[in-house]
Amino acid sequence: MSEDITKGYLDMELLRFTTAGSVDDGKSTLIGRLLYDSKAIFEDQMESIEKASQKTGDGEVNLALLTDGLRAEREQGITIDVAYRYFATPKRKFIIADTPGHVQYTRNMVTGASTANVALILIDARNGVIEQTLRHAFIASLLQIPHMIVCINKMDLVDFKEEAFESIKDDFDKIATKLDVHDIRFVPISAKLGDNVVDRSENMSWYEGPTLLYLLENIHIASDINHVDTRFPVQYVVRPMKEEYHDYRGYAGRIEGGVFHKGDQVKILPSGLVSKIKTIDVFQEEVEEAFAPQSVTLSLEDDIDISRGNLIIKDNGLPKSSQDIEMMICWFSETPMVLGGKYSVKHTTNDLRCVIRDVKYKIDVNTLDHNTEDKKIGLNDIAKIQIKTTRPLFFDSYRKNRKMGSLILIDEATNNTVAAGMII
Amino acid sequence: MDNKYRINHLRELEAESIFVIREVVAQFENPCMLFSGGKDSIVMFHLARKAFWPARIPFPLMHIDTGHNFQETLDYRDKLMKDTETKLIVRYVQDSIDQGKVVDETGVNASRNKLQTTTLLDGIEELKFDCAMGGGRRDEEKARAKERFFSHRDEFGQWDPKNQRPELWNIFNGKKHMGEHFRVFPISNWTEMDVWQYILLENIPIPSLYFSHEREVIDRDGTILAAGEYVTLKDDEIPEKRIIRFRTIGDMTCTGAVESKANTLEEIIEEVAATRITERGGRHDDKRSEAAMEDRKKEGYF
Repeated sequence: MSEDITKGYLDMELLRFTTAGSVDDGKSTLIGRLLYDSKAIFEDQMESIEKASQKTGDGEVNLALLTDGLRAEREQGITIDVAYRYFATPKRKFIIADTPGHVQYTRNMVTGASTANVALILIDARNGVIEQTLRHAFIASLLQIPHMIVCINKMDLVDFKEEAFESIKDDFDKIATKLDVHDIRFVPISAKLGDNVVDRSENMSWYEGPTLLYLLENIHIASDINHVDTRFPVQYVVRPMKEEYHDYRGYAGRIEGGVFHKGDQVKILPSGLVSKIKTIDVFQEEVEEAFAPQSVTLSLEDDIDISRGNLIIKDNGLPKSSQDIEMMICWFSETPMVLGGKYSVKHTTNDLRCVIRDVKYKIDVNTLDHNTEDKKIGLNDIAKIQIKTTRPLFFDSYRKNRKMGSLILIDEATNNTVAAGMII
Repeated sequence: MDNKYRINHLRELEAESIFVIREVVAQFENPCMLFSGGKDSIVMFHLARKAFWPARIPFPLMHIDTGHNFQETLDYRDKLMKDTETKLIVRYVQDSIDQGKVVDETGVNASRNKLQTTTLLDGIEELKFDCAMGGGRRDEEKARAKERFFSHRDEFGQWDPKNQRPELWNIFNGKKHMGEHFRVFPISNWTEMDVWQYILLENIPIPSLYFSHEREVIDRDGTILAAGEYVTLKDDEIPEKRIIRFRTIGDMTCTGAVESKANTLEEIIEEVAATRITERGGRHDDKRSEAAMEDRKKEGYF
């Protein structure tokens, strides 16, 4: 079926956003409100949380129970993990990575932020910018979430006053200058009453900006992907062993940057060999061009040795290559990082090993102060470190390309993912 | 959408799922894909075919057959496997019962749903699969909302929801010790609506059960169940003919139908858009307790 016929249903974009917050700042109420007002909450789900609310004796229906899916979370009234929630409007499909907000859940916030296009930061209008606000904003900037929406919530509790909103906005702007964020929007809301969430507030006629949902539906995200520097990490080699595809050798992968055309001259890294794109294959058909973030299979004119972990690029905008990598990390494990210790590394489709060479500084996520003395890196710590890899890595800085500049460290004894790294 | 280099939400989900399926083949030695004949596994299988085209998919499918399937599902399954030249392995819950490993439930609400876990774990162990892909979606149920794409299982096949590996960007850590395995959920981020829209977009054939038809049913506490040999009737239950269709396909004993005239994919999509009950709302297996799914998943359920 051609995509034109079903236009309307199908002309929707995908937007991923993350929220961080604790029990008190109304995050769950806000998510509940978005889901409820966009009709993503169903009657049986409502019934189930009504039942659970009665059990915990909350009195009113506790929308937080919608996102707290594990029994322990419901019993303790806390969110302990990243929960993914979905809703859609006729314009966009949304994926929410909903994370707890306290400092001991920094790793969950980092995880939720890693795939997000938009960070939703919640501020309680009564409390203004607090330590937690700074922490959330810092994590969003560290993970290079391209857009930030600051919701100043509970406006009903400050009599919907414009001054309250403006003063918090000024305070936030001051901390934003310390951060690497480029697109910040502010919305005064009341998640509980619904003001400026989906519908415009009648209580805040002084606010002329868009509602939260309007922003989520309209923020321009198409330019967030790098369509200039071509990056194709080879994921898997396809060998059909079928009569009609006798000599076919396809390189399957996801395009992580740029645009590839049939006939383009390409270079393979690390070998440096050069060839031309013969076909770009998707299911049962060939296409003329493909771009990030599509998953495709490339076949080349020449029979050269290419395997998983190789990188196919066009000869413009070369990636960096080095064995000595400087990066920001967030440490995920209760077992502290071992300076001089060896870890497994996963970077794009590559598996290699590294040794931790140096800790440059540690960042206090509540003040953003750099600590160059304390080299001990433990659970939830954020630090700048240097590693040496067993062989050269082909990468871009994380600021330039999130997929080409990110890696994870794995403990070789437990196989657990112990750190997320953002290459500088 | 104005920009030339943009893809719609379905194509983005598709690209993500294909990436995950390829990652499974690259990271594991002996993976399989679980197939039930329901729409989610049909879509997952379609994505797998796309991921390796023009080659055949480099792993077998495995169906855990409860013995309580709709005949339409089995016919559809067999035709699909034949048409696509795909290797299918079937393991039977009846065998687990005969071996004395599990006991068949009796009574009017008897279901083999929970028993499948044993057959599934035995199948994984017997065939030495180190990864089983499943069609679970995070929007289905709140315990699933916490599930990873790559979900680690210990040597007993259990899931420990409080101790999951963090998953960042599109980097998946499938490293494991001997005897452990992974469950991977390539369509984690799809919703029921996405699945239907994608079936329409790709023109994927689905079992006739999903479309409106006349069938003998009983109405049990608001759940419409197909009357058939596996459903034990209560004394006062008399089957009657109604025009229905199924939103999900599981066992005959626990899959609730909806009264519907939706006969085309477009009509189904309209119906899904208008409905106010989740698809699992019609599943008796989830109604047993609030944490029914979490408990089953911890034991090693799909």
